[in-house]
Amino acid sequence: MIKHSNWNWSSLLLISSVVLYLGLILVLPLIALISEALAAGVQELFSAVNQSNALHSLWLSLILAVIAVIANGVMGIAGALILVRHRFFGRALLDSLVDLPLAVSPVMIGLAFILIVGRGGWFEPILTILGWKITFAFPGLILGTLFVTFPFTLREVAYVLAELGIDEEEAAATLGARPSQIFWRVTLPNIRNGLGYGIVLTVARALGEFGAVLVLGGAIAGHTQTATTFIYNSLEERHDIAAYGMALILAALSVLLLGSLEWLKSQRQLLKQ
Amino acid sequence: MQNCTPNNNNLKYKEKIYKRALAPDWGELMIRAAVIAYLGILIVLPLIALTGQGLQGGLESLMRIMTRPIVIAALRLTLITALFMALVNALMGTITAWVLVRYRFWGRRFLAALVDLPFAIPTLVTGVMLVLLFGPHTRIGLWFMEHDWPIAFAPPSIVLALLFITVPFVVRAVEPVLLEQDPAEEEAAHTLGAGNWITFWRVLLPPLLPAILSGTIRSFARALGEFGSIVVVSGNIPYQTLTIPIYIFGEIESGRTTTAAAVSLLLLVLAISLTAGANALDRWMGLQHD
Repeated sequence: MIKHSNWNWSSLLLISSVVLYLGLILVLPLIALISEALAAGVQELFSAVNQSNALHSLWLSLILAVIAVIANGVMGIAGALILVRHRFFGRALLDSLVDLPLAVSPVMIGLAFILIVGRGGWFEPILTILGWKITFAFPGLILGTLFVTFPFTLREVAYVLAELGIDEEEAAATLGARPSQIFWRVTLPNIRNGLGYGIVLTVARALGEFGAVLVLGGAIAGHTQTATTFIYNSLEERHDIAAYGMALILAALSVLLLGSLEWLKSQRQLLKQ
Repeated sequence: MQNCTPNNNNLKYKEKIYKRALAPDWGELMIRAAVIAYLGILIVLPLIALTGQGLQGGLESLMRIMTRPIVIAALRLTLITALFMALVNALMGTITAWVLVRYRFWGRRFLAALVDLPFAIPTLVTGVMLVLLFGPHTRIGLWFMEHDWPIAFAPPSIVLALLFITVPFVVRAVEPVLLEQDPAEEEAAHTLGAGNWITFWRVLLPPLLPAILSGTIRSFARALGEFGSIVVVSGNIPYQTLTIPIYIFGEIESGRTTTAAAVSLLLLVLAISLTAGANALDRWMGLQHD
């Protein structure tokens, strides 16, 4: 890629400026977290996180991530299929709606759902009759999480679908495969890389969601407190060690997720060759 | 004639397969309806509710809320910090993409993976990390305080948080364009006697500009709505370090949903128009490419 004559001071300058910049902006804060947390003592960290509220919040975050993966996985694949493969009235509008969650501040998402299903909201009378509680309860957390994670699977799958074309599906149809067979045997295996990518991004976003679940759930300890809102509450209560401990757990999970993203990326390059 | 018939048949046959594979039968119409319903309930309905609540008091009350000194101060802070971030991000994002695409060096893959870190790490954790790095009780924080330039609980901490969370935007926008650039053009410029500097300004940079702009706009839009990382580092002091999303949060907490919705509406319109602008740029680039 690079000719030897280009290995001059300017390339060194550029590389070192990037290393310096990313080091200062991304790595240094991460190191600060790890060293500060460890300075508090591993034993202290462990006991601060190994209590029922902390464990419950982490568990809740993981469950929300799983729900987001399943619901937005299914709807994401369906959405990608119709956006890439179908042409219908309103398709462009639908296409632009998909990215809206990326542009909207999470706090506003929380507020928007409160206006619908919260106290004094549109559906409050119906929900009261049914006896359903959505805001400051688990369903509210689900709504917020589903909203913020919606675009990921759809976009990643759509990207792969658009690159694939329909030759293999056509071939399968020619050979007499039923639509369901085509989907399970041809389409799904072909999009698995994009699907994996979307799932990892969905999990990361679901675990990390803060604004929407704070507004919608109220961060009630042992009830609607997620891992991120646990950190927030711990900081507010000056229980710093618990906050650092949970932040460290989430950071470790993020590094793990980042690793799987890289693995998927390398797989994608292998597929292309 | 003999050749014609099978071709014709083939075409008809192909059409039949196409229809079978692509025409919306009942199953596919159901999928379409399900996706539209899901999007409608999950995304459109809440935003309609937000818009309705924001406009509830009419335009006059909307204007009254927008011109409150605290809202103006928060909006100014949000825009200025986002602008600072965008300028740095446009420059460093482009250089990062350039370095990752053009050079092969030890640690390149690690650097490339690092760029995605902000997508993986919760924004609140970013905030906690920055407090631990620049907070008033840390060595670095103390040093800056002694030199009258406090970072934590001051606007610089907001810019730093925004820089952290938006690292991938410009890099990921510029990378694909750089990958597709034809080295022949660069070589041609060199052959014709253009120096490095002229080649950069006249040959390399122009095709990158739309991508840089699109990535920068997206990072700017993202920054306007940022909540998690800022809420812990900025201190949220009204008129000084209170940004718009955190102001909205405060209003929600105090039960003033109409004010919160009105200010949200402003942010929503800004974010949607910025995203639409970036999308238009991307489409334009796609057309240029074809």
